[in-house]
Amino acid sequence: MKTVSTNSAAGITAAGITPPAMAKIRAFRGSGSGWLAAGAIIALAAILPFVALALQAVQGSAGLWPHLLSSILPVALRDTLILLGSVAVLTALLGTTLAWLVTAYDFRGRRLLEWALLLPLAVPTYIIAYAYLDLLHPIGPLQGAIRWLLGYASPREFRLPDIRSTAGCILLLSLVLYPYVYMPVRAMFLMQSSTLLEASRTLGVSRRGMFWRVALPLARPAVAVGVSLALMEALNDVGAAEFLGVRTLTVSIYTTWITRSDLPGAAQIALLLLLLVVALVSLERWARRRQRYTTGMQRSRPLEPRRLPALAGFGLLLAGLLPVLLGFAVPVSHLAAEAFARWQFAGISPRIFSEARNTIVLSCLATLLTVGCGLAVAYACRVRPGRLAATALRLASSGYAAPGTVIAIGVLIIAAGTDQFVDRMAQAWLGVSTGLVLIGSGAALVFAYATRFLAISAGSIDAGLARVNPSLDHAARSLGRTANNTLFSVHLPLTRPAIAAGALLVFVDCVKELPATLLLRPLNFETFATHLYGEAARGTYEEASIAALAIVAVGILPVIVLSRIGRR
Amino acid sequence: MIRHTILAGFAAGVSIACAATAAGAAEVNIYTTREPGLIQPLLDAFTKSSGVEVKTVFLKDGLAERVAAEGASSPADLLMAVDAGNLVDLVDKGVTQPIQSEALTAAVPEQLRDAGGQWFALSVRARVLYAAKDLDLAAFSYEDLADPKWKGKVCIRSGQHPYNTALFADYIAHHGAAETEKYLAGVKANLARKAGGGDRDVAKDILGGICDIGIANSYYVGLMRSGKGGEEQVAWGNAIKVVLPTFKDGGTQVNISGAALAKHAPNKEAAVKLLEYLVSEEAQKIYAEANFEYPVRAGVAADPIIAGLGELKIDKTPLSEIVSHRKEASELVDKVGFDN
Repeated sequence: MKTVSTNSAAGITAAGITPPAMAKIRAFRGSGSGWLAAGAIIALAAILPFVALALQAVQGSAGLWPHLLSSILPVALRDTLILLGSVAVLTALLGTTLAWLVTAYDFRGRRLLEWALLLPLAVPTYIIAYAYLDLLHPIGPLQGAIRWLLGYASPREFRLPDIRSTAGCILLLSLVLYPYVYMPVRAMFLMQSSTLLEASRTLGVSRRGMFWRVALPLARPAVAVGVSLALMEALNDVGAAEFLGVRTLTVSIYTTWITRSDLPGAAQIALLLLLLVVALVSLERWARRRQRYTTGMQRSRPLEPRRLPALAGFGLLLAGLLPVLLGFAVPVSHLAAEAFARWQFAGISPRIFSEARNTIVLSCLATLLTVGCGLAVAYACRVRPGRLAATALRLASSGYAAPGTVIAIGVLIIAAGTDQFVDRMAQAWLGVSTGLVLIGSGAALVFAYATRFLAISAGSIDAGLARVNPSLDHAARSLGRTANNTLFSVHLPLTRPAIAAGALLVFVDCVKELPATLLLRPLNFETFATHLYGEAARGTYEEASIAALAIVAVGILPVIVLSRIGRR
Repeated sequence: MIRHTILAGFAAGVSIACAATAAGAAEVNIYTTREPGLIQPLLDAFTKSSGVEVKTVFLKDGLAERVAAEGASSPADLLMAVDAGNLVDLVDKGVTQPIQSEALTAAVPEQLRDAGGQWFALSVRARVLYAAKDLDLAAFSYEDLADPKWKGKVCIRSGQHPYNTALFADYIAHHGAAETEKYLAGVKANLARKAGGGDRDVAKDILGGICDIGIANSYYVGLMRSGKGGEEQVAWGNAIKVVLPTFKDGGTQVNISGAALAKHAPNKEAAVKLLEYLVSEEAQKIYAEANFEYPVRAGVAADPIIAGLGELKIDKTPLSEIVSHRKEASELVDKVGFDN
């Protein structure tokens, strides 16, 4: 059985070796062109906002760059790189270790831990920053208790260092972003055939060595996808950075646009940032250009986890629960306490129900569209591999690499332009005004979400498809199935966990999304996120905690769904 | 289930679209960078007395970009913003039109409106000093903030926030750019923590012992002390005393919230009527009492908490001049690494 080929520098040779040329998936000529066309069209639609931005950028911005080079870039670049580098290391460490822990070992509470580890995903970066700022403040409960224990009367006599620092920001971001790595890596570990791991054992590799020499190298694409998702989230964050006083390039884009009213300048920085991200992602891909990852699905059974003795198992469970505690339980309990205080004081306003409907309907529509498009783009790469399909996949993923506000401005220009055109045509030919068709109906928002989050669905589906042995495609096709048939009878069933994982991430991200929602929503239309922002803007933090809690609650629902899918 | 959701989604979308196209009857649409909750009581009162329905969309950034992009199809009637600079931006982007209204020009003092009638202030706020309660401090000048005796004792939000760039722009108007750069470096050297957070954090951090003094907006004092922000904030508000600082050769720096009429306003008449209502005695009283801002209309009293801060002597630099120095101020903030 020629199943896996990895010729990485580490020199892993497992079950069988396939020459690289053979490993390359060869599709049957003359089929799947429909998928390729769909992928190309989707990719073009996805980069439209960037085209609009580029048109803004070339309008020029007098005197921006000398100022940028002398006063902003040195510090902003340094801080951005420190932040991204540290978040990458921390999330990769946390996510991979935790994923291995729950797949390679069995202990009491493992099932619980398996899905509890996803929970921090439901907490947006700006919410965790806000909660910890409150909890760790000198007048907050923790320092109050410490002072009481040590017998100090006032924070002027004793207080801990401020959380508002780059280090604080790195820690808090990593605490909620590690599931982006944990989820795909765990899925990858689950899909890894135990035969490989067992083969390495019979070849004399220790259990620990099995992780380092087989499981981890095989999971590298998943780690890469997860870490890059986490980094893009970190890069997109403005709220936490603002709360914690960290200056990143993203913040520079904001000040250039908002404080200095220089949209062309902001667009230029945004495009520079995008180039940076694209360069980083390409570098990672280039580093593993000679590796192919596939696996035989025949009789593949997942690794049998090793049963641990009770005490060791308990210790592992506690260690595994720590990130859940810090990234979810602590901030959410704080929100719950605040929300409860507010509820006692003023009750729950009825607007929360219409906001719930808006949030869920909008996010569901966007998720369907995003997953559908992601599937098309990723499947095009499968049935018509080549430069065109690969480029389409990469272009379609670019929306995730730019801050939400920047995308939103691009979408605004496109959508409003279309709306005006439609309105003018309708007035000229039919004599009626259509108003704003796209923005007024919320369709512009769905488009913005899809553009922004397509990278997530396309990325996870692509990674899932890569795990399906191409011989299955060949078999299905030689049995007379078309590209479409093969998708439905082979790929969809086999990649369901990857698709579900992608859908979950997209949904939660849509619920949390703030900048595009703020800029593009219709009149009298509020979601949880915009409500939360509004309350925060007014400084009515307790009221805000109800909306924040609602966002977290909605975010938990798919976590539960996913944990069930993953178990089957 | 999923199909149901899709249907519900389309239904919601269609109904919103229909609502948007059915415009034209008695309604006014507001695009605002100000949280509508703050002005909702005013809008409700207006709807009640006039029968005109008011719809809002609260935009954080990009108000000007959105109206400009929507062009002639835009449903926006009124554009509301805080900070004079943001209002001037709207005019510069060509998305406003002048208003001829005797009621507005009579109610809003000349200094607080555009000479060409492009925008009008609706309320005023001052940039004031919060100080630890036990501090012996009677008078304070903005210049004092850079005095080395405050080293490690000053809290302030991001230097790039419009409230601060407006203050620093006013400093440029008084002392010139070179002096302002030295000043900003001095203030930066005095900071107790990184510049960041919001204005209320200044009071919270003073209570937490992180700093002794800080700069913040006047109305937050009312919001905190009145209990409108919850019990916890009462403690923050009571931990500080407030001094109205002045420039050594001038008065206290103020900023505004205001509104402009959208260039393609479909409900122009109703929109102007709403604006006229907002500067009426009744509405100005609500501004003062609900939001703790200084009214623009003469003869309307400020809320007792705000009046208790002392007599406000507004700095004489015209708002338009402050706005003209804004970009320079923002660049100086970067240059001295104020936020780093």
